[in-house]
Amino acid sequence: MNVSRAMSKRWAQQCVFNRIVAFSTKPTQHAAAVSEPAAEQETVATPAAATAQPATTTPAPTTARKPIVPSNYRFIYPEFLPDPKVEWRNPIREKLERLDMLDRRRQIDLPEFYVGSIMAVTSSDPHAAGKTSRFVGICINRDRCGLRSRFVLRNVIDHQGMEVVYELYDPTIQKVEVLRLEKRLDDNLFYLRDALPEYSTFDENMEAEHLEEGAPVPVNDIKVVLRPRPWLERWERQNLLGVANIDQYIKDKHRKSAEKVQKPWEKFDMMKQYRSTIPEEEQKEVFAEVHTELHSMELQRKRNKRKRTFVKPKQLA
Amino acid sequence: MALQILRRLTSTLPVTNITVSATTNTCQQQLLHTTPACCEIRKLARLRVVDNSELGKRAMAEGRPPRCIHVYNKRGVGYIGDKVLVAIKGQKKKGILVGLKQNQKPKQPKFDSNNLVLIDDNGTPLGTRIHVPIPTVLRTILKEKTVAKGADYTKVLAIASRYV
Repeated sequence: MNVSRAMSKRWAQQCVFNRIVAFSTKPTQHAAAVSEPAAEQETVATPAAATAQPATTTPAPTTARKPIVPSNYRFIYPEFLPDPKVEWRNPIREKLERLDMLDRRRQIDLPEFYVGSIMAVTSSDPHAAGKTSRFVGICINRDRCGLRSRFVLRNVIDHQGMEVVYELYDPTIQKVEVLRLEKRLDDNLFYLRDALPEYSTFDENMEAEHLEEGAPVPVNDIKVVLRPRPWLERWERQNLLGVANIDQYIKDKHRKSAEKVQKPWEKFDMMKQYRSTIPEEEQKEVFAEVHTELHSMELQRKRNKRKRTFVKPKQLA
Repeated sequence: MALQILRRLTSTLPVTNITVSATTNTCQQQLLHTTPACCEIRKLARLRVVDNSELGKRAMAEGRPPRCIHVYNKRGVGYIGDKVLVAIKGQKKKGILVGLKQNQKPKQPKFDSNNLVLIDDNGTPLGTRIHVPIPTVLRTILKEKTVAKGADYTKVLAIASRYV
């Protein structure tokens, strides 16, 4: 009885604390939300668990002081992370590049997009009649880091499949629009080259689809139908999730050879993972540097969007 | 292509026993090596005619696409806007490359097939319409290649339906 009273007191205190931290950015809210169920658990748990309580609450004030980088920044802004290859690392160059990228982002709105999103890029083109050209397509790949980061758009126009590579920080790009923000099941969609054309056909006059603010990015789990062999790559060896009918076209010998080249132990290879990724501490350092700028740009974008969507009512009578 | 030739050979050969021909076919299939096609336009590269010229349409419909037998530059590899000599339905014709499968520079489209427009010696296209989009760079490239009192390649641009 005595213990439960003490618990309820602490519970009330924590509620107040939650209300205070809730005004700051999202991760603290998240942290508060995490600590809340923990507190609930304790009210029913034995008194021994009460010792764990201070440990859970202590990180919150420290995080509130520092600028908090949202954990999804590494997916939204992957190009800010340097290439993990050791020979190519150069901290000074990376820093300068980050400054240049921010400079460019101040000039142009480069929205969040993923492999599988449908985008439209308007770029100035000295060869075109109107000196600009616009290309709509699905993003099938995203690669390279820093100022060199680029993406590939694919579309089928007049029954002719075509792909265009764009560099994200190319100064000749005038506008980047995301018409449909979504992800696919695979890291790259090169298999669309061997799929039926309807899977990579997108209307050029497509209008941007609105996604609610704060909603998670939807994952499109569409399964693509491939056309019969010969293919451009040996898709059966790549463990693709977004392909429906690989088994239909491969023979036993392909299946056997695909099994031979599988490396199921690689997901346990910590050293390989370490070499091919940027460690979390370094990511935090990088994003702490650019976070405030990016965040203010995001706010600015939201404000602009609201401005654009607001339509002044017509004066009647 | 080799498979097609093989099939044609087996069909033309007077083979009485079907099982024998089937076994030989499988054996030869295993011996064939099937590396992906070279994306560069060199000699003997197969192309796709994308204009509506009678010759080109018939060649594509028959499933015997033209082969490049010469590239008119010093490299021997055809890039976009280059003139090539092709063997099409037993004739020699010239053509302009208007879309390539190989990787291109940023902002220039890469196509799923190697597209060709047939022209005659003066640069006049044999067809009257190109039914796929062509890259905008061609406008500059073909203008540069056209010289006064020589072949006028810009006529190809005039029959294009769409630019990308």
